[in-house]
Amino acid sequence: MSGICSYGGYVPRYRLNRMLVYQAMGWMNPANIANAKGEKAVANFDEDSITMAVAAGLKALNGMDPARVNGAFMASTTMPYKERLNAGIVATALGLGDDIRAADFSGGLKAGTSALLSAMDAVEAGRMDNVVVTVAESRLGKPASPQELIFGDAAAAFMIGNDNVIAEFKGSYSLSYDFADHYRGKNATYDRQWEDRWIRDVGFGQFVPQAIKGLLKKLDLKIEDFAKVIYDCHYNAARKKLNKVLGIAPEADQSNFQVEIGQSGTAQSMVMLTSALETAKPGDKLLVVSFGSGCEALCFEATDKISAYQNSGTVSASLANKAELDNYTKYLVWRDILPGDVGLRSEEDVWTRWSAMWRSRKMVLGLWGSKCKKCGTLQLPPQAVCVNAECGAVGEMEDHRFAEKIGHVASFTGDMLAASINPPAVYGQVEFEDGGKMMFDFTDCNLDEMETGMAVSLSFRRKYYDAKRGISGYFWKAVPVKEVN
Amino acid sequence: MADGIKDKVAILGMGCTRFGERWESYAEDLAAEALVECLEDAGIEKKEIQAAYVGTHIDEINVGKAAVPLGVALKLPYIPVTRTENYCATATEAFRAACYAVAAGAYDIVLALGVEKLKDTGYGGLPAATGMSVQSFMMGANMSAPGMFAQLATAYSAKWGVSMEQIKDAMAHISAKSHANGALNPRAHLRRAVTEDQIKAAPMIAYPLGLFDCCGVSDGSACAIVTTPEIAQSLKKNQELVKVKALSVSVSSGEESIGNSWDGSHFVTTRIAATNAYKEAGIEDPREEISMCEAHDCFSITEMVTMEDLHISPKGGVYEDIMNGFYDLDGGTPCQVDGGLKCFGHPIGASGLRMIYAMYEQLLERVPEERQVKNARLGLTHNLGGMPHSNVAAISILGLD
Repeated sequence: MSGICSYGGYVPRYRLNRMLVYQAMGWMNPANIANAKGEKAVANFDEDSITMAVAAGLKALNGMDPARVNGAFMASTTMPYKERLNAGIVATALGLGDDIRAADFSGGLKAGTSALLSAMDAVEAGRMDNVVVTVAESRLGKPASPQELIFGDAAAAFMIGNDNVIAEFKGSYSLSYDFADHYRGKNATYDRQWEDRWIRDVGFGQFVPQAIKGLLKKLDLKIEDFAKVIYDCHYNAARKKLNKVLGIAPEADQSNFQVEIGQSGTAQSMVMLTSALETAKPGDKLLVVSFGSGCEALCFEATDKISAYQNSGTVSASLANKAELDNYTKYLVWRDILPGDVGLRSEEDVWTRWSAMWRSRKMVLGLWGSKCKKCGTLQLPPQAVCVNAECGAVGEMEDHRFAEKIGHVASFTGDMLAASINPPAVYGQVEFEDGGKMMFDFTDCNLDEMETGMAVSLSFRRKYYDAKRGISGYFWKAVPVKEVN
Repeated sequence: MADGIKDKVAILGMGCTRFGERWESYAEDLAAEALVECLEDAGIEKKEIQAAYVGTHIDEINVGKAAVPLGVALKLPYIPVTRTENYCATATEAFRAACYAVAAGAYDIVLALGVEKLKDTGYGGLPAATGMSVQSFMMGANMSAPGMFAQLATAYSAKWGVSMEQIKDAMAHISAKSHANGALNPRAHLRRAVTEDQIKAAPMIAYPLGLFDCCGVSDGSACAIVTTPEIAQSLKKNQELVKVKALSVSVSSGEESIGNSWDGSHFVTTRIAATNAYKEAGIEDPREEISMCEAHDCFSITEMVTMEDLHISPKGGVYEDIMNGFYDLDGGTPCQVDGGLKCFGHPIGASGLRMIYAMYEQLLERVPEERQVKNARLGLTHNLGGMPHSNVAAISILGLD
């Protein structure tokens, strides 16, 4: 049996009230009031599709031995790198081994399901045992555009395999069309779209039913057989019409989180699927339809194992862990739409030394420190000479991963001098319970909530953006562990 | 068996420029200015200098690497000139090397000079990024010096249960005292007295450090010519000699930054360097015996915890000493008597020698009555280079017989 063995959903912590955007930009496009309901999830200043993919991917790993994973696929149309394997960065951050097949899926917004199906094909064929599929998106709409209001940032991830399957893959039906409802050229920063009415009536209105009917026929199923129908369509009226035409009962219509997150591109139907899995009962059938350059419809059936399955890394947990981003211009600066002055200090040029990055890839991307084989002392970053003065062994270290550890704040500050697009730069020393200590940047927090002794977990983040070369560098930051009700 | 540096070297002369925003001067100009004063004080000619140790910290906006640029700038006549660099201890390292060269008997007369030109960056604070290693670029926090030292406050508060409000009060007293001292000194960078209320109301730089908790970023140079006590006495027949009583350096072992024993609230290195310095100088009770000191007050919180690490205030008890005025100019152990890094200024590579200069002019009673420390016999200087979790501490003790 092949299918989903585990999943993770990730929504960035910051939510921008759409009315704030409208209040600032509505003068330019008053009709946008129709899109100004609710909130959009926005990646923090140090997040992008890679970091969100890692966040979701870690949740999907859910304690699994990384050595059992032999594939890592990433899907996104907002890959930070055009050349340099984005999935390779994700795989290293997830702590996976080197003997894996890592691949990027991009282009159309159905790339998420394409990655999922490729993983499914591989495990069904027995070519791979476990493949982690991460899907993340952070698309930009121009200020005052409908897309600025409609889009939101999110990520989802799945472990696809043959053991401990919680949702069995039953089949799929694919449609591919060169339907350019939204497009971005090779140098585009912002999304462009054609007329809404055409997208709604020809795109969603025709392709979604075509894909669903195609799948139902192929699997000899009826729409009533599904506990949840999960499909991408952010047009409310069109959605109501499709539900009626297709016979989707209100309780089977999976929320698209338009009011809580926004349209999240490749991640859209995938995030919805993780949400449906949270409440699925054994025997429940789930129908998932992605949209973008065609449609892909997938059928899953929850197994008995889903009852015992537990994972705290859900979309609902992520949604509950929210903070208002009460400042539209801050969002603009974070996304480099508004070039705020960070000061001369930020202009000192230090560039990525790729040979050093290669040498340090396990430490930098995977947060591997070392453990002394003689005395057992944990140390971060990896050391050649053991820091334990009683030991001092040289060259006796083995790799030891810190990424999943909980640490405690030993000291902290909020720095207004350090160049940052999100001042003050909050950072401090983190000590780990079983040993090891390092100075980390803190993120997803405010200075006024920091306390010595508080627990922190680690999160893979963008460490710097090198504007001169147009590239991002990554490392791990500490995030206060929040009590989420 | 080594028996230390005590009384083996004497200071023959010293020089120190006015510190500040010396927009008109290059580092080379500042070094020359300090050297002229130093030679005059020593009563010798440049050609009598047999070797020189010159200290600068930041290459990129300064004289560049190596000792050659300063040798050329000062027209030192084909003598051995060596650059020392050890963060903020750079000048003390130059002085230490010069003293050891004399004590070893390798040379009779040696120059130690420190200089730094910081005000060509275009922004406040120390230059960003320039000295960053490849690894800290990839993995280090997005930090600045104030932010790194500011963490002493949160860790100290957690360790001793001293509230952040009390820490803020003590820090304000420290900075007010240094401003008062600096206001009396015509060579100091910052010469305006400020109140504790003004200090506490200043904009935040790195929590809980406000603007007035941070030292001046200055240009300047200071230097010393050292020799044997015998030669010094022969040249200065009617003058008491300022002799070197101790020189002590301790460098982090990695335990603070990587190990788990350090709580972040004090300087491990300063404690060790101080203990060793007192032993070398034969000091048993520093609180009673040290007449005055220049501690490394790059930030007010640094001075606060350092006064415990120098074993002068009891551990966890510096707050009372500070608030009681123990370190004020008329207190038990006056501290930052020339204004300190805080107000005299902090050109990194010159500061250690500037501190020694402050002790030297006090010991020889060359300062006006209003800022003279009474009956000063022993002075201590302390540098802390680097960051609280990874640093070099350098201490010198100078005194009269």
